[in-house]
Parts: sequence; C-alpha cells; structure tokens
Amino acid sequence: MVRISLDSVNALFAAIAEREALYIPTDTAPGIAQFKKWQSGMEMTERLKTSRSAKDFFFPQTENLVDFKVSGKKIDIIDPREETEDFVIFGVRACDAKSFEILDRVFLSEPVDTYYQNRRAHGTIVTLACSRPSESCFCQTFGIDPAAPGGDVSAWKREGFLYLEPITEKGRTLLSGLSALLEECPEDAVEAEKESIRGILKKLPLASLTPDAFGGGKTEKYFDSEKWKSLSEACLGCGTCTFVCPTCQCYDIRDFDTGHGVRRFRCWDSCMYSDFTKMASGNPRLTQKERFRQRFMHKLVYYPENNDGIFGCVGCGRCVEKCPISMNIVKVMKTLGEDET
Amino acid sequence: MNAETLIPKVGVVTEVRIDTPDIKNFRVVGTDGKKLFVHKPGQCAMISLPGIGEGMFSITSSPTNTEYMEFEIKKCGCLTSWLHKIEAGQEITVRGPYGNGFPVDDAFVGRDLLIIAGGVGLAPVRSVINYCRHFRDRYGKIDIVYGSRTKEDLAFYEEILHEWMSPEEKDVHVHLTIDREEEGWNGHVGFVPNYVKELAFDTDKTVIMCGPPIMIKFTLAGLKELGFDEKQIYTTMELRMKCGVGKCGRCNIGSKYVCKDGPVFRMDELSELPDEY
Repeated sequence: MVRISLDSVNALFAAIAEREALYIPTDTAPGIAQFKKWQSGMEMTERLKTSRSAKDFFFPQTENLVDFKVSGKKIDIIDPREETEDFVIFGVRACDAKSFEILDRVFLSEPVDTYYQNRRAHGTIVTLACSRPSESCFCQTFGIDPAAPGGDVSAWKREGFLYLEPITEKGRTLLSGLSALLEECPEDAVEAEKESIRGILKKLPLASLTPDAFGGGKTEKYFDSEKWKSLSEACLGCGTCTFVCPTCQCYDIRDFDTGHGVRRFRCWDSCMYSDFTKMASGNPRLTQKERFRQRFMHKLVYYPENNDGIFGCVGCGRCVEKCPISMNIVKVMKTLGEDET
Repeated sequence: MNAETLIPKVGVVTEVRIDTPDIKNFRVVGTDGKKLFVHKPGQCAMISLPGIGEGMFSITSSPTNTEYMEFEIKKCGCLTSWLHKIEAGQEITVRGPYGNGFPVDDAFVGRDLLIIAGGVGLAPVRSVINYCRHFRDRYGKIDIVYGSRTKEDLAFYEEILHEWMSPEEKDVHVHLTIDREEEGWNGHVGFVPNYVKELAFDTDKTVIMCGPPIMIKFTLAGLKELGFDEKQIYTTMELRMKCGVGKCGRCNIGSKYVCKDGPVFRMDELSELPDEY
C-alpha cells in the first residue's frame, strides 16, 4: 500500500494526465457532480456520487457504429473508429465498479461487442472507498463492500492522506509509474477507515434489505403478481431510472443522414418506453405495467438466471434519488418480497 | 460469425419478384456475386437500407441453395415499404446469420413432418421444406398445410404448384386452403386451424408451424385435441430486434432472447416463458 498527502493529489493527477486522459468526479453545478476530463486546477468533488453513473466510459450514451456512403444504388461501409486511447477513471465508487462486471457479462459474452471491449481494455479504474455512504445507498444488499471498492486500484481517504492499493496488473502498472510521488505505508493503514465505513453501513436505513426473495427461477412466482399494477400505476415512463442506472444497457440503433452520408449510431434506450417493443404488427407490451415489470424482472430474476445468480442492480441509489414519482427498485423488492419473509 | 457483428456487409439485390399483392421476394448475393454467408433453416438476417432502418428477416432460401439467399418480405411498416420500392441492382446491407434455426439435422431426422403455415409465415418454414426435399431420404412423409386470405395471397404459389406438388416429389403432400370461396379456386376453403383438424393427422409427426399469432393459438389447440404433445411442435417467433445478438434488450422474454435463444422454440419451451409475445 502507498499513500500521498491530499494536498498533493493535484500533482498526482497531473502526473497521470501527462501520460493518459484522466477523468475525475468534480462539481459541475451546485449539488451536482459528474466525471470530467481533468485539467489543472480541477478538484475532486466531496459528493458521494456523480449524478450519472460511470457506465458512459465504456457504454457511452451515443456512439457511432458505422458510416455508409450511398451513391445511387451503391453502398460503401466505413468503420468510423479511431484508435482508442488509454484513460484512467479516478474516484469510481464500489457500486459503479461492480456495474462494470455486470455490463461485462452482457457485452463481453459471445459475440463480443468490440466497441465496449476496446474501451474496457484501455480504461484503468481507480475506485474510492465511500467514507460516508448515504441514506439512499444499498450496495450491501448485493454483497458489495464500499470499504473495499475493488477496481484496478482501490483508494481510501483518511486523515489528510489518500491511500492506494493496486488490485490488478493494470493497477500495478499505473502506480509504478507514479512511485516518485507516493510513499510506502503499512498494509493495515486503512483498517480503521474500513471499520468506520462498515459501522456506518450497519446503520443505514436500507441496511436490512435483502434480495433473497429474488433470483433465477422466480419468473412464475412474480410475473403475474397483482402488485405490478399498483406499483406501476404512477410511472410516467420517463426513463430517468434507466439513464442514471449503472447497469441498464438496453440500446437502440438508428440511422442519421449527415448530408454527406448515413451515420449509424447506437444510443441508450429504455424498456420503460412505449415504443421499445413496438412493431408494425403491434406491441407485446401494451401498457406501462408490462414495461415497468420488464425492467424489474430483468434486474431481479432474468439477469441472475442467466448470470450465476448475480443481480442486475448494484444498489447505487440513483433511481431512489432521481425518480420523479419516488418509485424505485427498493419499493419493488419490498412490496413483491414481503410475502416471502 | 463476423467478428464485428454490428457492422454489416453489402448485399446486392439481384432479383425482385412480386409474389402477392403485398409480398415480394428478394434475391441477395454479396458484391462478389457469391452467397454472403452460410445459414441454417430458420435462421435470420438483419437487412437495412442505410438511412431508413434495419430489420430482422428470416432467410427463406434453403442453405442447399449455394448461389444466393432469398428473403420473402411483406409490406407492413416503414422499412418494408422502402424495400418494396427497390429494384434489381440495388445494394442493401446484410448481417447475420442470427438465431438457432430448426433442428433439421437432429430432432427432425427420420421423422414424418407436418408443416403448417399461414400467409407470409411460410417464409421461415420454406427453408425447412426445401432443405428436407433436398435431403429427401433423411425424413419421413412430409405434409404441408398452407393457407392465406385469398388465392393471390398465397406466397410461393408457382413453386408450390410446380415443385412441391410435382408428381415427381416423393411422399410430399401439400394441402392448400384459402379463407373464403373465390372464382377459379377448386381447393379447400377455410381457416388453417380447422383444416388441420379436418385432416386429422397421425399424432406421430413432428410439427413445424409459423403464421399469425391467432393461427398459432387455434392450430395449437386443434393439434392438442388431436393428441399432439407440445414437445412435438416447433414454431418460430418474431419480436422487435436491434442488435440480433442478445444485447440490446428488445426481444427479451423471461430469461430468453428471441434473437439468440430463438427464434425457433419448441412449444413446451415457449409455454414456460412468460406470456409476453
């Protein structure tokens, strides 16, 4: 384990940014933090989470898939991608770091999504332990430990220092290039911090939430539940939950006429939208109830069924904070699961 | 499969045939004049006209056709309306093949086959029919029940008359039907589900079925009445798709993705999925 004084963190950022693009969570407006490309003088936010998740780095909101040059009846296909550059994301929380594993199981399974794979290969993730988990947090429900946040390098803030521990080969490479700025410290230097975090976790309002009532094989149990109707009644179908969600990965593919050709891009989509499944012949999900049910059944039943029991939620709490009608996965789990326990 | 699965290949439409008032048949090859890729009966491909959109269509030609692929497309939405406007020589984009296809080389081998289709639903099963006709000795008796609204709505009518119903065919029996009486039609009149019941097939057949949902529903009920088990019946599904490889989330039903786990399902597998199709 190594450490650096928090007063010198800017020098650390500068050293990283000299070699590759560096992104940190920074305050972009009052009460709002987002990941931004680091420039001299930019400070890391004190806020717990960024408004948007970190999934943008690997699965951006929009990306160009392919270009077409159309002339008369002829079509030329152009792969528009340029060489992906190495980058570092600094200050990723444990929940977002876990979301990458969940996205990996979708995009890196055969056939591999090479757009995602390229970014993933070039990105180094430095996580940051959550000194003060918030009321909307429930990552522990899904076995995530914000005291040991994972990533390629894990970091902790404690008493004026930033402590760093490499987890993967990528992480070791990153830190070895910065050794002039870092001082060695005992391996147990952050034990007290970990204990403090785990102490806070136990007192969180959602500490007792468990996913035990859910998982693969529960489709029959919940699909026809009467409760979906009341749960979904107020849903506006705005899709905010899916956009702030670090694990939502449904996407649309569309064409755009640039005036010089056709650009085919993909962009985030939402199963909460009415046209998501709409075909010329009709729509199998006619009301918001079916769309709402799909989102939660996917995270709590279908995804675990296909992925060794891993849930499609990391408990980041963004949907809890952002839903305009205050509906969220916590309420869904409590309402559907209440007969279970 | 193409390593860059979302980047299509250029295909050339070499022939467009008007098959019915709202169905056209498109022959497609690569820019080198050869077939774009090898597929299995029942598999699909993503076809697009850049700037208009991309859609999933079953490959109606049999893999035994080594020269070109065919798509049988009904005009019913935005993309299909544009496709209906194109002429021979037009380039399109194609990617695939996608999906599991019918088990023509295992579960179907040695079996008597009962193929039931309605309207443009003949498209995916035509690939099976012509595959099985090509390797005729591998399969038992082949019965085909095919119906549409009117005589002129019967897809592949010329091929049915001159090839499938040819006296030279070995043990292939075609049963055509149209919804209502019309002049010049001496064949059966009535809906497919009823016709299937009237024909009272032996229950030792493997059934392959594709058509509008209402036809599937009533035919399935009829087959069960005759004593068929869900495990003997295969069908192929259609849902909205974007990626074709189980990632974009659109065709998700329960823990399955129709584009990669389907589109072919055995009825007993389908019955286990939530009723959302």
